[in-house]
Amino acid sequence: MSTVVTPGLFSQVEVKVSKKTPYLMGVFALVVLGAFGIFGKTETVAFQWSKEDDVIKLPDFLVASNLVGIVLGVALVAIAAVSFVLALRGTKTPLWLTLVFGLSAVIALLAWLAAGNSLPFAFILGNAVVLAVPLALGAMGGIMSERVGVVNIAIEGQLLTGAFLAAVVGTLTHNLYLGLVAAMIGAALLSMVLAAFAIVYLVDQIIVGVVLNVLVLGITNFIYAQWLTQDGLNTNFPGTFPIMPIPGLSAIPIIGPALFESRITTYLAYIIIPVLWFILFKTRRGLRARAVGEHPLAADTVGINVARTRFWWVTIGGLVAGLGGAALTIGAVGAFGRNMSGGQGFIALAVVILGRWHPFSASAAALLFGFSIVLRIWANQVNPGIPTDFITMVPYVVTLIAVVGFVGRVRAPAADGQPYIKG
Amino acid sequence: MNNAAETPVVNRGNAVLKEILSGGATRALLSVLLGFVVGAIFMVFSNEAFLTAAQYFTARPTDSLAAAWTAIADGYSALFRGSIYNYAADDIVVAFRPLTETLRFAGPLIASGLGIALAFRVGLFNIGASGQLLFGALWATWISTRVSLPWGVHLIVAALVAILASAAYAAVVGFLKARTGAHEVIVTIMMNYIAAGILTYFFRTPELLREVDGGGTPKSDAPAETAQLPYLLGDQYTLHWGFILAIVGVFAYWWIMERSTMGYRFRMVGHNADAARTAGINVERTFMIAMAVSGAFVGLAAVNQALGARAGMTPDIDGTIGFDAITVALLGSSTAPGVLLAGLLFGAFKAGAPAMQVIGLSPEITGVVQGFIVLFIAAPPLVRAIFRLPPPQKSTVVADWWRSLVTKGGRK
Repeated sequence: MSTVVTPGLFSQVEVKVSKKTPYLMGVFALVVLGAFGIFGKTETVAFQWSKEDDVIKLPDFLVASNLVGIVLGVALVAIAAVSFVLALRGTKTPLWLTLVFGLSAVIALLAWLAAGNSLPFAFILGNAVVLAVPLALGAMGGIMSERVGVVNIAIEGQLLTGAFLAAVVGTLTHNLYLGLVAAMIGAALLSMVLAAFAIVYLVDQIIVGVVLNVLVLGITNFIYAQWLTQDGLNTNFPGTFPIMPIPGLSAIPIIGPALFESRITTYLAYIIIPVLWFILFKTRRGLRARAVGEHPLAADTVGINVARTRFWWVTIGGLVAGLGGAALTIGAVGAFGRNMSGGQGFIALAVVILGRWHPFSASAAALLFGFSIVLRIWANQVNPGIPTDFITMVPYVVTLIAVVGFVGRVRAPAADGQPYIKG
Repeated sequence: MNNAAETPVVNRGNAVLKEILSGGATRALLSVLLGFVVGAIFMVFSNEAFLTAAQYFTARPTDSLAAAWTAIADGYSALFRGSIYNYAADDIVVAFRPLTETLRFAGPLIASGLGIALAFRVGLFNIGASGQLLFGALWATWISTRVSLPWGVHLIVAALVAILASAAYAAVVGFLKARTGAHEVIVTIMMNYIAAGILTYFFRTPELLREVDGGGTPKSDAPAETAQLPYLLGDQYTLHWGFILAIVGVFAYWWIMERSTMGYRFRMVGHNADAARTAGINVERTFMIAMAVSGAFVGLAAVNQALGARAGMTPDIDGTIGFDAITVALLGSSTAPGVLLAGLLFGAFKAGAPAMQVIGLSPEITGVVQGFIVLFIAAPPLVRAIFRLPPPQKSTVVADWWRSLVTKGGRK
């Protein structure tokens, strides 16, 4: 395999604060202001903040579609201007401002799509969260792996393994919690293969990742066709975890029903994401892990066992990604389907990079993708007058623009993708 | 690399043998063999006759063994009948049909595999074959269904447009990498989805490419007869000229990589981009050109899919070619003959699927075999450990001899 040389996955390009972000923001802001505001639709939109059975119900908010576009468009232009001023002063645009920008743009788009219709805000947000959970957990697995310097292209395979084992083991044992455990262990074993090949055999990490994806897809497709479709009732009929509203929190208007009326897989994600952040950035263990990912030689010199650190972080990352896979089946729809993950692992990979290898930002990026999936489903129902194929493409175009414009210069862990040979 | 004279003269035959055993070709062969062995295990453990017999294994183990043997023999003979030679057929024309089917399936795999292999050699990881294929196929379909041109010219124009479109779509990736440092893996994944969206939109919209009396599902017309790739062996076989295009691609790939200045630059950047830059090579431009050429090879596969069709096309015209191409390039270790052989093997897997379905074995088994083959390929030390092969050798007798065959003037 001497001919295959893959450079470190994400090379650094420049350090000084570029004005690319404000420029891109400006273009976006003008598009929103023009298309959804000035030349927008005049029909009214009914923002539905609450569902039928919510504890505290808010009245619907009726407003003209183009008014929303104009107000938010002006706000976006203002944010772009602030970002430009910050760039002139040599400061990066803070993350929260970027998030506010993205959220405002999305609401303007929603108001435009829903002109003359009602906009079920709680429904959209709630489903976006459920759909974001597998992506976020997959991305957490990816972050854990890449922070110690192992590129994880195999998230797709880990999600698929988790989804498959959760459904099958959950059905065979009639115990969904055993399915959950099996999903996590299975994906962790897959991670161990990645870790062993990358750390012990020094095989190109991207290639191992791709190979593992192919392998898992082949195996699950075969077992699905040969076994699960023949005897689905006894092998692939797990059901789902019950929906457990959290008392108190679920009564909060708007966000309560969306965030706190969910399944255990979602709540586990709520726990794992901040815990991972805490361990990575606030504990000695996390500092050591990041040191291994940034400068393995230095880490080795001060007595950190590089190979062992990498091995365990990658493996535990597999546990988390496997949980994300379980969220696809027993945390959402129940039964396993052929190629169930369908590329979500690759989206999770994009989420890792969009989120700059940070648990919170990555979760926000995952929510963006979850949001866009709901948007596609919902837009098909309201028939907004633009082809749904374009709505389907939106998250991918946004990711592309973000990778090219916003994060192209953001640095990955310095030793990401590079094997470390002690000696 | 040191020359042959440095190797101990004593026991030269042994050294040559060791070099062959430690070489890539032996490893590839053994990986394929191991892949088939693992596939056989899967066949046995998913076979009902075996599972029934296994329940009384301790009482009569021979039953289990016989059932296992039958499962493997039935499975692989169905694969053979479906992909190489159907010995059960009454008529010689029908008997050879499987072989032509293998070649038909191999065409696009070889072509797109060459594209991925080329990117590998430059140190780029192009997982965008599916997007590049779709984008090329889109414009090939446009020319072949919406433009009328005389016989011959039509086909050539449609093919060239497809190749250029695929190349352009891939060049965007190289451009973005060169200008912004955006990594090609993420960019190509996103561009795959975007191409799929664009193609679906075109196939869905009546003013664009939707078939003339089409319904709601996205589907195009069949290519005009003047733009179809002609059948290669007459109307008895569906094998068309797309396979010949792929073979031409193999020679073109070999020439580009081994003989041309451009290929030399590609390999130099692939071996060590920093050294290449120091030597005065414009690495960024090389990335762009390499992606474009890589996309052009994928474009050959697009021609195959879009102009080899005899009926209307749907947005899944790329099938699994985009990802199979990566495994083909890996198995073929990015060399022209390697990709050719790997493409033929995976083409045979696809051709054998219906015959396996008939005997009640899910054709997805080939996916398992394929997955394990590339797993073994990706980890040379694993295969070496299993077969106790010698580690990589310093002697280069065989390599020199091989190079003298394929390179102008041999090794200096």
